[in-house]
Amino acid sequence: MWKYIPLVLFFGLLGFLARGLDLDPSELPSPLIEQAAPDFKLQSLYDASEYGPESFAGDVWLFNVWASWCRACITEHPVLEQLDDIEGLTMVGLNHKDVLDDGRTWLNRFGNPFDTVVFDQQGSTGINWGVYGVPETFIMDKKGTVRYKHIGPISEEDLNTILLPLIKQLQAEQA
Amino acid sequence: MIAELGQFALILALCAAVVLAVLPFVGSFIVQPQWMALARPAALLQLLMMTISYFALTSTFITNDFSVLYTANTSNSQLPLIYKISGVWGGHEGSILLWVWVLAIWTGAVAIFSKHMPAILLSRVLSILGMISIGFMLFVLITSNPFERIFPVPVDGASLNPLLQDIGMAAHPPLLYMGYVGFSVAFAFAIAALLGGELDSATLRWMRPWTNIAWMFLTLGIALGSYWAYYELGWGGWWFWDPVENASFMPWLLGTALIHSLAASEKRGIFKAWTVLLAVLAFSLSLLGTFIVRSGVLTSVHSFAADPARGRFILFFLAIVVGLSLLLFAIRAHKLKSHANFELISRESALLLNNILLLVACAAVLLGTLYPLFLDALDMGKISVGPQYFNTVFAPLMLPVIMVVGIGALLNWKKDKLKGRQTTLLALIVLSLIAGAVFAMQFNPYKITAAAAIGLAIWVVASSAYGVYYRLRNKRNRLSAAMHTPAAFWGMTIAHIGMGVFTLGVALTSMFADEQTVRMGVGETHEIAGYEFRFDRIEDVRGANYIATQATFVVTKEQSAVSTLVAEKRIYNVRRDTMTEAGIDGGLTRDLFIALGEHLGEGQWSVRLQYKPFIRWIWFGTVFMALGGLLAAVDRRYRVAATTQKRAEAATKAKAVSAAAGAAS
Repeated sequence: MWKYIPLVLFFGLLGFLARGLDLDPSELPSPLIEQAAPDFKLQSLYDASEYGPESFAGDVWLFNVWASWCRACITEHPVLEQLDDIEGLTMVGLNHKDVLDDGRTWLNRFGNPFDTVVFDQQGSTGINWGVYGVPETFIMDKKGTVRYKHIGPISEEDLNTILLPLIKQLQAEQA
Repeated sequence: MIAELGQFALILALCAAVVLAVLPFVGSFIVQPQWMALARPAALLQLLMMTISYFALTSTFITNDFSVLYTANTSNSQLPLIYKISGVWGGHEGSILLWVWVLAIWTGAVAIFSKHMPAILLSRVLSILGMISIGFMLFVLITSNPFERIFPVPVDGASLNPLLQDIGMAAHPPLLYMGYVGFSVAFAFAIAALLGGELDSATLRWMRPWTNIAWMFLTLGIALGSYWAYYELGWGGWWFWDPVENASFMPWLLGTALIHSLAASEKRGIFKAWTVLLAVLAFSLSLLGTFIVRSGVLTSVHSFAADPARGRFILFFLAIVVGLSLLLFAIRAHKLKSHANFELISRESALLLNNILLLVACAAVLLGTLYPLFLDALDMGKISVGPQYFNTVFAPLMLPVIMVVGIGALLNWKKDKLKGRQTTLLALIVLSLIAGAVFAMQFNPYKITAAAAIGLAIWVVASSAYGVYYRLRNKRNRLSAAMHTPAAFWGMTIAHIGMGVFTLGVALTSMFADEQTVRMGVGETHEIAGYEFRFDRIEDVRGANYIATQATFVVTKEQSAVSTLVAEKRIYNVRRDTMTEAGIDGGLTRDLFIALGEHLGEGQWSVRLQYKPFIRWIWFGTVFMALGGLLAAVDRRYRVAATTQKRAEAATKAKAVSAAAGAAS
């Protein structure tokens, strides 16, 4: 009978592997959740005006980390356009570790879904925000507290099941 | 055009694989020699088509054809030619295509080097390989087509990850795949044996060289990956117990067990069911490794794009292949009778111990690798299993293996009283320990554990060398006897000595390595392990497709110059990735290692200095092991056996002819 043991063990393993496919190992709870948005002071991609988290105080705002060299950002772009259509949501883009002209060209080519785009060639803001891949997206409530972090491109499904309800809920909250 | 040609060739290869998987297989059961005779041409046609397909993809890289999506994502016109060629396996689609091509190469090789294999066995083995091909070709065509076009055509490609723009990394995947996929041959033999209900020593003799060659490639592939991680990732470590590393290491552990149990099965007719199980499991773990790497179920430093559809396909395939194989094993393994018996002190016992320990070690690695997944699946939280677990569990399991590796090789089969060898072995143990104790004085501070580890390494080498002496002890002309000793014996001895060399490297590196991260400006010096590092200058340089900040350090020891090290921080043009190129002064007894960190302002840099004693011995050891595997595979006896069989066949034929002639007259 011992000869059936490998088969039984294998099917047990298979069950876990199948379950594993639906789990996302990179979905780590970010330590930033429920914390104030990390500070930054960055220039706009287009002019000399400077922005920081305080610039968006009182708004529900979305902070999307992107770059022109990032393939997945192209995939994500249509979803950002949809988010842009939401009334009262401030869209902030962080052009991460990029070249000024490349970033501008990218937005010209695909369209600019952001209300504000800040530029960080060094990527140090990304480090403070715990960014380890591009794209990543954060959502802040009206008090400037980080309420959600998304790693990787936002899919259509993520948009409908997670982001839209969350944004609606945050917009209903008091400042 | 070329891309379409590649895809068309891939589809034709799939057709060849279907023919290969069906006709010879069915033919072997209903005894249809014509159907079985299709196995060899179908395997060769599959190889030809896969080769065309693979070269078609390569040509889109070389000609910068960015209308092919995969090429646009992975290559770039600025990329040096060598990395355009190796870039073909730099992404998911291409690397799976390489996987299939390598499988076709192994299948073709079996078809070519099997002139004297019984037709039924050969057709089944090739058919089983064909079935595996079908699965992976469908995987490429359905979920990972590298020939897909993109419109509008991008002006230039997104370029290859700079981490992969390196010679070591270029060679790592093909070697690894040759090993991984090579175990499919042993697997196919094992399944054929289960189907036929017998595993005779002729079949086992066929299996051994194939397994040895696959194991050799896997050894080299893993070692090269480890070496690459050492000099390219800039951390100075050589093994990280990362899921993707483990994925290649587990088949290696079982492959090592398989090589040894094959020896026992062939020579003594024992452990047959066990050997078959190991062959099935070694290849299953290769498939599992492919699944782990390609599905993204585990996080790893090797960040491959995770795609659930791909994961599901491989999992489904894994379930069919491994599930059916293990079912077949459960039903049929009782047919594989082992005859001989053996006593406690015998070579069989040593091989059994080796097998059990390697299997348990493999299970421990598997458990540690999948543990985060188990917990996550049961909603018990997210954890990661670190090197502490693996080192704690793995080292004690390997220790007895290392201790007996030399003795096992000089034990007799069946029953051994160690007559005449006890005193010598005892003396060797004592001398090894003394030598270890003396040698350990080289290092500061003096550590008993270091003395023991060095003693152990010396013991492995000494007992293996004694094995050679013991074999030749009664020969009158030792030189000529040594010349006539089979290559397999030398292969075994060299591989075992490699184990000792490896042990020494691991022990000394882990015990005496020194590393410090310091703040340094130009002109400043820092001392580590007796070496003085002076930050000589910093400058900007331009490479083929990157710009770099280059820091030069001058190293001296007791006022005499040792070397000049250059560490770089590169920024690649296309993807803007920053890369650290460590400055390494490699040596037989130590490596000096410098990685340039962040610029801290005002001319100050964060610099990581490392001193790694005997770290190269780790890779020397693996090269010895691989060389041993190669020698064992090319042993004359495998060819002699074929020739003998040929002669026997000719004799039978001649007899039949004369009988027919006799009958006619």
